[in-house]
Amino acid sequence: MYVYNDFDETFVRARVAQFRAQVERRIDGSLTEDEFKPLRLMNGLYLQLHAYMLRVAVPYGTLNPAQMRQLAYIADRWDKGYGHFTTRQNIQYNWPKLGDVPDMLEALADVGMHAIQTSGNTIRNVTADHFAGAAADEIEDPRAIAELLRQWSTDHPEFQFLPRKFKIAVTGAAADRAVTRAHDIGLVVVRNDAGDVGYQVIVGGGLGRTPMVGKVLRDFVSKADLLPYVEAIVSVYNLLGRRDNKYKARIKITLHENGIETIRDLVEDRFDAIRAGFGGYDQTLLAEIEKSFSPPAFVTKATDGYEAARLANPAFRSWSDTNLSAHKAPGYAIVSISIKKHGATPGDATSDQMRVMADLAERYGHGELRISHEQNVILPHVHQADLPAIYAALRKADLATANIGLASDIIACPGMDYCALATARSIPIAQQIATRFDELKIEHDVGPLKIKISGCINACGHHHVGHIGILGLDRAGVENYQITLGGDGTETTTIGERAGPGFSADDIVPAIERLVTGYLDLRRDQSETFLQTYRRLGLAPFKTLLYPNEDKADAA
Amino acid sequence: MPPRFTPKVVTANALLDGDAVWLTEDDRWSPLISDAELITDEAHADLRLLQAKARASEIAGAYLADARMGADGPEPLHFREAFRTRGPSNYPHGKQVAPQSRT
Ligand code: HEM
Ligand code: SF4
Repeated sequence: MYVYNDFDETFVRARVAQFRAQVERRIDGSLTEDEFKPLRLMNGLYLQLHAYMLRVAVPYGTLNPAQMRQLAYIADRWDKGYGHFTTRQNIQYNWPKLGDVPDMLEALADVGMHAIQTSGNTIRNVTADHFAGAAADEIEDPRAIAELLRQWSTDHPEFQFLPRKFKIAVTGAAADRAVTRAHDIGLVVVRNDAGDVGYQVIVGGGLGRTPMVGKVLRDFVSKADLLPYVEAIVSVYNLLGRRDNKYKARIKITLHENGIETIRDLVEDRFDAIRAGFGGYDQTLLAEIEKSFSPPAFVTKATDGYEAARLANPAFRSWSDTNLSAHKAPGYAIVSISIKKHGATPGDATSDQMRVMADLAERYGHGELRISHEQNVILPHVHQADLPAIYAALRKADLATANIGLASDIIACPGMDYCALATARSIPIAQQIATRFDELKIEHDVGPLKIKISGCINACGHHHVGHIGILGLDRAGVENYQITLGGDGTETTTIGERAGPGFSADDIVPAIERLVTGYLDLRRDQSETFLQTYRRLGLAPFKTLLYPNEDKADAA
Repeated sequence: MPPRFTPKVVTANALLDGDAVWLTEDDRWSPLISDAELITDEAHADLRLLQAKARASEIAGAYLADARMGADGPEPLHFREAFRTRGPSNYPHGKQVAPQSRT
């Protein structure tokens, strides 16, 4: 795994010391909130509804056990004993005290972590496929390039004041698990006809108030050209992006207003101009970084125990059916640990649970953990022989929910329980939907279904790309939930369609239940997923499910 | 005739722990909205907000929120402000367990 170099370490420590002084000056009143706010945001510190919130980057979602234990320690020492994992592969602490934050940052620096560039108009934490380095379908581990991008973008003098925030995601496989098409830049590892590994470069995706699917800027950029090419994109955007209107400032709007051809030409010109200046240093660095992402020493063991346990224990069988994914090494599996127990807050893990996951990674998982954008924790490298023991340990820690990819594996942003920008709550809706599907015992029959909830138009909960998206709004002083259908965040990214008028907080869960149980009657057979059925039939039959009384009214 | 002024309270987050607080008539910051000064005059509301904002070493993000008089004192009108008097709905955290932090 990549270990921070001396430069990173010195830089992070210097930033903590600087922030400590700024906090002191804020507390003694010599800095006003207006002066302090940009400084705290640069260090990942937000002020929410009931308290501060510290957002910690987990670059490309990768953690080692020592880091996970430190996150648990920070939760116990300075927060309320838990952390919230988010769709941006971050962890958020909801209750830090201002005076403690420098110590929290210091504790993070002790394990090579920080909260820099988790906010502000900079290049944010680069996100990656959470199965990177493990997935059977992967061409190449995308994290080396993610790390190169991180090093290049961190404190990059040209890019600290972009028109708006800038998010990059990378994936190493054709199956897009990193929602690359909803990012400012999405990079997909591909092979060209000659068999060389390079990147398809997608730009201008984004969610928020104006959701857009990214467009392919170039089908193939070689590895050697990638950094200058990405820099060319960011430079063109830095000059062309609108600074007059925050809602029109993201690159998706720049692209929309100028057209992809213009942007492509400008990027190519800029690329030609700066390419020579890179002089190969980035490639030397990349080669170094790639070494630190070399695969662990996979072992060979008998898997009879695993098969026997599957036969003997239906609960284990159910869990292994839903929570495992195909690994590239023979005999191995990728374990997704659900932190979406029915009725619990999606993405929250207690400090004890964090320690259990760290121990499991250390003991059985080649020392690696991942945070997924779907707010779960991954053990990417596990031998099948160890799965029964892992399952038993997860069960004890209340972490064995068998619901990955199912109706109750809901993404929900913090919403109005925490977020100062929210227009409605999202967490309780997620809790109620999951509880309801658990009561109905139908989610395994329903199969793959992605429900995603945001508490405002900013769409941090990815509702636009949920098969069922829920957006919480404030309608005349009452919480109201709008449903979108048919969204998709994979390689076939689609923005969901609005289904019709919104529902009250009391009516939204029954509405979702009607949709899902109604789908069971609409599907061709058990193999046709919710999304496929929606694509085949379109909005109409789902609308009838949602608004049963309307048809009658029309007919009358 | 100008639209009727909806009564207001001055609210903010306490600087040190971020807890929601309300400005009282005698210039304290209380963790309870019921202690707040209910302001019925627009010009006075603007003045109180300016005074609140000047207290940089005590609070952050002061603003005026709609309120009405209830049995025990001012009450929030909007659900967002009501949540701020309690805390999150997913855990027994925040004021609903212990209205602490007086400044
Ligand atoms: C205090 C909490 C938060 C604040 C103030 C905040 C703010 C925002 C804003 C203003 C946008 C819209 C950006 C635009 O359209 O230009 C946005 C988008 C987004 N945020 Fe958040 N957010 C918060 C929490 C979160 C959390 C918890 C997550 C992850 C679960 C998250 C992930 C995202 C994502 C994925 C998007 C949409 C993608 C895009 O940038 O287009 N945010 N956020
Ligand atoms: S979508 Fe809105 S409510 Fe949810 S976290 Fe983002 S800004 Fe807050």
